[in-house]
Parts: sequence; C-alpha cells; structure tokens
Amino acid sequence: MRGLIGKKIGMTQIYSEGGQAIPVTVVEAGPCVVTQVKTQVIDGYNAVQVGYGERKGKHSNKALDGHFQKAGTNAKRFLAEFVPVPDYDYKTGQQFGASLFKEGEYVDVAGTTKGRGFSGVMKRHGFSGGPKTHGQREHPRSAGSIGQASDPSRVFKGMKMAGQYGNKRMTVRNLEVVSVDMEKNQILLKGAVPGAKNGIIYITK
Amino acid sequence: MNKMKSVVEGQLKTDVPEFSAGDTVSVDVRVVEGGKVRVQKFQGVVISRKGSDISETFTVRKISGGIGVERIFPVHSPMISNIDVKRRGKVRRAKLNYLRKLTGSKATRITEKR
Repeated sequence: MRGLIGKKIGMTQIYSEGGQAIPVTVVEAGPCVVTQVKTQVIDGYNAVQVGYGERKGKHSNKALDGHFQKAGTNAKRFLAEFVPVPDYDYKTGQQFGASLFKEGEYVDVAGTTKGRGFSGVMKRHGFSGGPKTHGQREHPRSAGSIGQASDPSRVFKGMKMAGQYGNKRMTVRNLEVVSVDMEKNQILLKGAVPGAKNGIIYITK
Repeated sequence: MNKMKSVVEGQLKTDVPEFSAGDTVSVDVRVVEGGKVRVQKFQGVVISRKGSDISETFTVRKISGGIGVERIFPVHSPMISNIDVKRRGKVRRAKLNYLRKLTGSKATRITEKR
C-alpha cells in the first residue's frame, strides 16, 4: 500500500548527528485496518480501502456497520483509499502501521488547513495594505486597484481578493521521513504538515 | 503532549548547570574543520535565556577587540560539549538587552552574587 491515514500530534525539533537542529512534525501513522480490497474486475480499478480511528455506535448506521462487519473489524471513523503495491495479497482485516515507512524516504502529506474564516487580502494573500498616514481614511488594510478602466471594463477572473481562507484540503509534497518508531506507530517528518494538532492527515509515498 | 515529550526525551541533556542572565559562562563549542573536531571556547555574559525543553537557547555577549559579539547557543545542542559557569552575577532583569547600549568597563560591570 502506498499510504496511510494518520494524525498530526505536533511539532518540535531534534538534533541530527552533525549537531543541526531539524524541525520535525510528530505524526501518528495508523494503525490502519484494510476494510475493502477493490479490484479491476469487480470495481473497475485497483485500490485498498483502509479505516482509522474509532467510530461511536451512535455515529454509525446499518450500511456502515455491515461494511465493517464484512471486513471483520469494529466501526472506523475515517476511511480512505490508497494505491496498492502490485502483486501483494491484501486481505480485509489486515493491519498496517508506521512500519510502512522507512527512514530517509520522501512522502506527501494531505490535510485540512486551519480555518481562518473570511479574511482580508493582507492575511490571505500577503498584500502590503495601503498607507496609514497622509490624509488616509479607510485604506490601511485595503487591496488597492483591482483592474484597468473602460477597456476591459470588467474585473479579470481569479483576482486576489478577500474571502474564505483555510479549512481547505492542501498537500505538502516531498517531506523527508526522519525517523520511524514502530512500537508507538509514530513517524517524524521534516517540516510542517497542514492542519491543527490532532488533525487527520493522509500520508502517501 | 506526552507523546511529544517522548520524542525528544533521549536528546535532552541532564548535566546542564544552573545558570541565568547575568552569569559569566565559558561555552565549549565543538567545531568541525575538514573532518577534524576541535573545541572552541566562547566566554561572556549571559544576557538572555529563552524557550523551553529541546528548543531552549541562551545568548552570550562578550567584547572582543572593542566590538560587542553575541552568540546564541541551543542549550541541548550536541555541538556544545560543556558549559562552565565562571561567575554568578546579581541582576534585576531576565533579559539584559540594555548592556548593548552601554560602553566602558564600569558601565557594563555586573556585581557578583553572594
């Protein structure tokens, strides 16, 4: 399998052998249980569906219960599909953890970024804002001009303006796996991953 | 939080001496030069300590050839082989940034703690 569901624990730093401080994100990788194996013949494509985290009974319905019962596991809170390794025999109920990753490998991490609500252009796009003095009344955080005059007589699509910022899926690519702790199902990734602490992330190789 | 602590537990030094702003310390820094490791000393007054756990750092200030030199060291860095507290100073602040503006040996003098 080329990935896992995990949880962001937090950030810290560790020292390398050369004495350099490396910023790392502590990530709980799995344990993920295989809930369904999709094949070309039956489903039209190959994939491994895995579940992660406990789902309370009141948050489940009969259809989901049946799905998990088939796989022989208790109800999971998060489900995701990953690309399988060719010629590997996946079985439902099989568990995968941090041992999937090796030190020195590079992974991509997707998650939901922290929601910042409806934000202005200074926070959202890093604009400089307007002048604070010299007779300004309402300009310190404004965007400035958004286009030309009677030609083209409209605002171009994709103009950077205020709006919803964050709470959106984002992927960070090529993060180095600094270390793997198989006992605790923990891996350390060099750099930051999207989202808040305890947020769900999808790690793919 | 405990999960975070266990990650860095093995890297925290247990033999760091107690020192704070105002103390004069001599820091042994390991310098790698062309594959060889030698120890360089940096002696001066601690003007600040900030951060906690593995990310804690301290700033040492000394006057070298009439010019003020400051270095920031991570407390738990493996490149620091030893910290020697030479003198305990009596100061009334946690951050001694005011030392930067002062000149002359009399003005920058710090009385010893008894």
